[in-house]
Amino acid sequence: MRDRKDSEQTVATAGGRRWVVGEIETAAGRVPRVATCLTWRDRMGAMAMRWGIGRDRYKVAPGLYAVGNPTGESPLLASANYKLSFDVLREAMDGLDAWLLVLDTKGINVWCAAGKGTFGTEELIQRLVVTEASRVAGGAPLVLPQLGAPGIAAHEVRRRTGLRVVYGPVRASDLPAYLRHGMRAAPAMRQVQFTLRDRLAVVPVEVVQRLIPCLLVMLSLFLAAGLGRHGYHLAMAQWPGIALAVWVNFLAGIALTPALLPWLPGRSFALKGAGMGVMTGAALWLFRRYGLAEGLGVGLLSMASCSFLGLMFTGCTPYTSASGVRREIRWAIPLQIAAAAVGLVLWVLTRWR
Amino acid sequence: MKMIYLRNVVTLRLDADKCIGCGLCREVCPHGVFALSEGRSRITDRDACMECGACARNCPVDALWVQNGVGCAVGILNSALGRKSGCCGEKQACCCG
Repeated sequence: MRDRKDSEQTVATAGGRRWVVGEIETAAGRVPRVATCLTWRDRMGAMAMRWGIGRDRYKVAPGLYAVGNPTGESPLLASANYKLSFDVLREAMDGLDAWLLVLDTKGINVWCAAGKGTFGTEELIQRLVVTEASRVAGGAPLVLPQLGAPGIAAHEVRRRTGLRVVYGPVRASDLPAYLRHGMRAAPAMRQVQFTLRDRLAVVPVEVVQRLIPCLLVMLSLFLAAGLGRHGYHLAMAQWPGIALAVWVNFLAGIALTPALLPWLPGRSFALKGAGMGVMTGAALWLFRRYGLAEGLGVGLLSMASCSFLGLMFTGCTPYTSASGVRREIRWAIPLQIAAAAVGLVLWVLTRWR
Repeated sequence: MKMIYLRNVVTLRLDADKCIGCGLCREVCPHGVFALSEGRSRITDRDACMECGACARNCPVDALWVQNGVGCAVGILNSALGRKSGCCGEKQACCCG
């Protein structure tokens, strides 16, 4: 037991971790103290995350850490070992004294890890034992992040460890107010929000992840444009127009749908996306002055693609249920395929006139 | 602005006879689905539920049940196609920012 703890704490302090700013002697050995100010390096790392760069290795060594000058009575706050979550937490705790218990969630944030069970009862209890956290901070309650609740049964942790367990606020930035008010959360602190900023935060990663499929669609349309009643020829003159139409729908589906989400009609994401597709289709029709068949074809393709991208966005939101998404998939995917097929046929047939 | 997903679709169930009114479900719910009245928990905003399972996991008397899961079309489609989900897998993707 002792060896494991020591080796983990060595990991935490070694390797030039720039956010460790000292150590605290405790009954259970030395505990690294972390900085509460983020550096440009932390912010650059966060930016890289937003673009999906280096996601696999943005981790913090699990274990016990300190902020400020905590004592045995200071609160013990649990967190995930995803560095972004950890950074948000230590920044929020600036000027306060507390212990941070970082669980091994394989570098995944609290909420997703709780859903998977890695931010879970067993890991928490094991981490408490390994770090001997209750010897260091036995006086104050263990504060769990509220979004960790899908993975942790607080009453079970209480029963098995004897610790008082409470749920903190959803957002780390509310922690100071929560602690100041005797660990009581205002109702607003208990609710997840989905602001414009939250909705746009995932856009860069989405763009990066869907870029290759988008380019493949564009390439297929380039090739399909060569079909005509005079046989096949490479219709390169049409490529800029096709590229424009694909980009407009790609960016609208990935960035505009999330931005306008509350104002797009319907509750279903496939429907909201289709609404966006009607707008992009109409804009392309006006701008490119298509004939009737080609305009309808492009419109149907726009609706199908934006609707599909809208449905894909369900995973980026904090309020869609799995049952709801399943229901949506059942009717939306067949309709999207049908719309895309009819649209494609109309679009190709315009070359036979 | 509070956003609400589809109507009448979530699997959340509350057995009011078992409820002891501890209020933990109301505390952990990220969407304000529950309210306490007369010493018992009540579902007041069912459509706001996202089936995260926090309430059921933390109910000390098993009065709550929900088929929990992640409302992510990428993950659901991938598992329907028999593929390991690229979303929310070990290599965290879209929602797991």
